[in-house]
Amino acid sequence: MQRHFDEELQDLKGAVMRMASLARQALMKAVEALKGRDPAAAREVMGSDAELDALELEIDERCLDLIARHQPMARDLRFITTAIRLNAELERIGDLAVDVAQRALDLSGKPLLKPLVDIPRLAELAARMTGEATEAFVNGDAELARKVVLSDPEADGLKRAVEKELVEDYMMKDGSTADRAVPLLLAARHLERVADHAVSMAEDIIYMVEARVVRHRPGELGKRPEK
Amino acid sequence: MLSVTLENPAAGAPSGAVILNAGGTAEGDAVGVEPKISARGVNFYYGSKRALRDISLDFAPRMVTAIIGPSGCGKSTFIRLINRMNELVPGTRLEGEILLDGLDITGPACDAAELRKRVGMVFQKPNPFPKTIFENVAYGLEVGGLRDRLALEERVELSLRKAALWDEVKDRLRESALGLSGGQQQRLCIARCLAVEPEVILFDEPCASLDPISTAKIEELILELKRQYTIAIVTHNMQQAARVSDRTAFFLMGELIEVGPTGRIFKAPRDKRTEDYITGRFG
Repeated sequence: MQRHFDEELQDLKGAVMRMASLARQALMKAVEALKGRDPAAAREVMGSDAELDALELEIDERCLDLIARHQPMARDLRFITTAIRLNAELERIGDLAVDVAQRALDLSGKPLLKPLVDIPRLAELAARMTGEATEAFVNGDAELARKVVLSDPEADGLKRAVEKELVEDYMMKDGSTADRAVPLLLAARHLERVADHAVSMAEDIIYMVEARVVRHRPGELGKRPEK
Repeated sequence: MLSVTLENPAAGAPSGAVILNAGGTAEGDAVGVEPKISARGVNFYYGSKRALRDISLDFAPRMVTAIIGPSGCGKSTFIRLINRMNELVPGTRLEGEILLDGLDITGPACDAAELRKRVGMVFQKPNPFPKTIFENVAYGLEVGGLRDRLALEERVELSLRKAALWDEVKDRLRESALGLSGGQQQRLCIARCLAVEPEVILFDEPCASLDPISTAKIEELILELKRQYTIAIVTHNMQQAARVSDRTAFFLMGELIEVGPTGRIFKAPRDKRTEDYITGRFG
């Protein structure tokens, strides 16, 4: 039976997709700003955050409205609660994009310490994980969500590699590099946090699809619904 | 036959509080509680029509079990078996057994009148006797042989207090019960039921004819009463089942499709038919 409620859930899904798209765009632009030490691009990212914040409030309001009016149950309930959580994660990803843009501003006008290798890879990975988590939400794809969760160690490894190189190869050898190394260290941390938020999104999506809690329970990730 | 072992949320915890990974196994759902009522392989017929099919269902003591399902699914028929109301309907036949504290109540060895003292029932429409408020509550006690006036008054007051009605009627006990509002009449019927000190209370859509305020009062009362009584409630109102029950059973066309802790049933039902029903996709 087709329900009017389904149309409202579709609208909510569309709003979350829009939120994900904005957050991902901000992230990509922030990374470009960092790579090019481009203050204009960085300021553009900072300026776009207001749109994400406004959309976050709108989605929250929409979810509360749906709960109040429809008292959703079962998969409808899980869908809406997941939308609420994803909304918060995406807003944080937007904030982290602003943080990366701030690091680009910190570095603007200064010579590049070294060619960036692992930071762009980490950025690409974090953006891909965010994109895949969004796709998993849209398609109700728990397997894709599992793939996102399993990508987390790679993001952690890249962040550690960046830290090791910047600290051991630059800061410990020449303290004067700190003002250019620290923003890069922080940027790597911001990007790794983006990956963490993508993992949280993925864990929520597995709950939405399978009603299985994998958060803080790594042993559950490999389990599948009984056929 | 769908055989269902007793599952319930941890004692003292809010409904559904311990329910995790409901989409997978029943791990974490089950507790080893001796059921107060246990239906085993129950089939029930109205003439040749089979209204219930192989129902096995446990009711945990001092918990509220909600029975939900579409009209005609057999939920009222089922709870009416627990105090043998259905045997008053000609042409009916029961197979299987229903145990109350481990003893079968379906056979001739069990006295139906005695059973109905232990298993009270509250119906969809309030049905006070055309007597005073006091007489309504005292009726069952007097029929049971209690004559001492003081004892009667004490039991009537206690029952009315338990039914959260005392403060509203204490100054008009000798007035007709028919002058009470619908919600008050329903609480009076609950007081009448409580007066004979039952162990189990069956509610058959107790709020179907009540306004939201009266409904809220009855729901609060059910939550209070479950501290002392084993309760089964049939309801069409899924939000009501979600609010008041610890366990929920879903019936469909005479079959028990699924039963479990209410939180799990409403967050993550295991059977697609349950999910379709509670999300309104049924049809």
